[in-house]
Amino acid sequence: MSVLVDGNTRLLVQGLGREGGYHASACRAYGTNMVAGVHPNRPGMKFEDAVPIFETVKDAVAETQANVGLIFVPASGAADAIIEQVNAGLPLVICISEGVPVQDMVKVRAYIEGSGSRLIGPNCPGVITPGTRTKIGIMPGAIHLPGKVGVVSRSGTLTYEAVDQLSTRGIGQSSVVGIGGDPINGTTFVDVLELFAADDETEAVVLLGEIGGTREQEAAEFIADKLNKPVVSTIVGQSAPPGRRMGHAGAIVTGPSALASNKIAALREAGAHIAETPADIGEVMAAVLAG
Amino acid sequence: MKLHEYQAREILARFGVPVPNATYAETPEAARAAAESFGGKAVVKAQVHAGGRGLAGGVKLVSSADEAADVAKSLIGTNLVTHQTGPTGAPVNGVLVAELTDIKTELYISILVDAELRTPFIMASQAGGMDIEKVAEETPEKLIRLATDPVHGLWPYQARDIAIALGIPPKSVRSASALIMNLFKLFTETDATLVEINPLVVTGDDQVIALDSKIDIEDDALFRHPDLEKLADPAQDGELERRAKDAGLAYVKLDDGSVGCMVNGAGLAMATMDITLRAGTNPANFLDVGGGAQEDKIAEAFKIIVDDPDVKAVLVNIFGGILRCDIAARGVVQGATESGSLLPIVAVMRGTNAEEGLKILADSNINVTFADNLSGAAPTVARVLAGGN
Repeated sequence: MSVLVDGNTRLLVQGLGREGGYHASACRAYGTNMVAGVHPNRPGMKFEDAVPIFETVKDAVAETQANVGLIFVPASGAADAIIEQVNAGLPLVICISEGVPVQDMVKVRAYIEGSGSRLIGPNCPGVITPGTRTKIGIMPGAIHLPGKVGVVSRSGTLTYEAVDQLSTRGIGQSSVVGIGGDPINGTTFVDVLELFAADDETEAVVLLGEIGGTREQEAAEFIADKLNKPVVSTIVGQSAPPGRRMGHAGAIVTGPSALASNKIAALREAGAHIAETPADIGEVMAAVLAG
Repeated sequence: MKLHEYQAREILARFGVPVPNATYAETPEAARAAAESFGGKAVVKAQVHAGGRGLAGGVKLVSSADEAADVAKSLIGTNLVTHQTGPTGAPVNGVLVAELTDIKTELYISILVDAELRTPFIMASQAGGMDIEKVAEETPEKLIRLATDPVHGLWPYQARDIAIALGIPPKSVRSASALIMNLFKLFTETDATLVEINPLVVTGDDQVIALDSKIDIEDDALFRHPDLEKLADPAQDGELERRAKDAGLAYVKLDDGSVGCMVNGAGLAMATMDITLRAGTNPANFLDVGGGAQEDKIAEAFKIIVDDPDVKAVLVNIFGGILRCDIAARGVVQGATESGSLLPIVAVMRGTNAEEGLKILADSNINVTFADNLSGAAPTVARVLAGGN
């Protein structure tokens, strides 16, 4: 078991430009079953001489029964691509594109509510399940190890950092989910914690938060009330000054609850094991698993 | 992207929001002429991208055209230091000369996107002229809050409810409601991240006008607003910030830091900044080189970091993914060579092509010390800052 993606995943990739093409290729090389590509100018052609390319998502889904969509289109067209994938009936849509306007996401988020589709991202690294060699995103596959720790994060490279600390200690991962760094995204910490809570193979969870917003506090509530598995957490941005945006559109301290210290206190109160610095995640998880 | 008050005022007017008569002046002569057209009495306001102008001496009442010219002369060409600018302040390239308004009541209204509610959110208050944060803290019952519908937006009855709750005189409720509807239209149509009218005033003859305003436009949405993009004033940012923006780097200069940080990815960049705390010091900057960076961009990032006089050591932390470590390493060597910087560098490289990257750094003649991982970086940074290797 795992969450979101596994051996049954049939991947559709929308946006096969330089970056999209590179990463689609890496997903396939890792072992992912990519069944379709979508590119408006290349219908009838094949990606890497193997995967059929369609003009529209609707056609691609009808022909290939794809069940996960991955989006690499430029930010200006990302909202449109998400809605196209949702309307084509894809149950899981993962949007990598960075820089989607926040007012586009206001509309997208409202639109997909109750649609039956789940959106991960935008501005995220994607999802990987090492046990079935299913990689849907831009993370370096080689650093992952199959195992029983679920990882959820707002950041890309910080996730790789945490996974690397786990893998070098022989601690494998069930699934690793990057929810993205934007203020409005499709899936929150709590959504992913619910999935990990219900997943038999996930025995412990790493939650990587950062300054800005209150999603970590919501996660803390869920951990306290509903999650029966140990959680190791760290919050980055302790050294960030208020009012300045730290790269991610969502990473800005706008009030007391957006502070790293406030989030850490809430998670500690909820029973999470806090890694005092981002360098200690692996050590703390090793100690937790050793009991 | 921040706008100047004079630019925001023009956009408000374009969207049908009443504003006071005013003229933007870049010379004392122009300021004199503007004040003359208002009969000599006016308010002269320095145009900078920062709040707190009044307390900093950037807003002055004048009673004659000569005085307006004198004030303009004393402001234009100087740097205004407010509590929101750095110690060097922000350059004043012009002033807004505005006609005096007969103020009966000062109110407040703003619109932003609330990330928790995932929709545009309106805040209003009868305590105009005050910081809204202070109102929220001291008299939360006086705060009017409205989450708008994410798809439809604001309904007219909601605008009317706000106008009534603000205590607008009955005969002006209709025009105030229209003003609020227009503000909301402006917010969505310009992809603003903030529209703030403080104060919104009721005049002696019960007109409702936007006396002072602040509009921020979302950088990520500028691709569909080429007209607004032209309003950018990069001179308001610091020199290093401007270079970073030109190079397409996410960079924030931080106060009281000594370790320059160069990282790929915003989350890892914050994690790396936090590690400098464990080294007993502070980060001098946030810098994310981004995913698809090439050598030239990495080199410029390095040069921006070392051109900050506060920086005493550089911590490079690259987790190769989209960005390969060998490219990052070549960029660092290029940046160090071109800048002639002798500052010690601590490098951590993992992920794609890490071995190649580390070899490029080791084979170069730059002043570099290696750490295996993030936790090893803290003591290494502490050691090089203390002058060891």
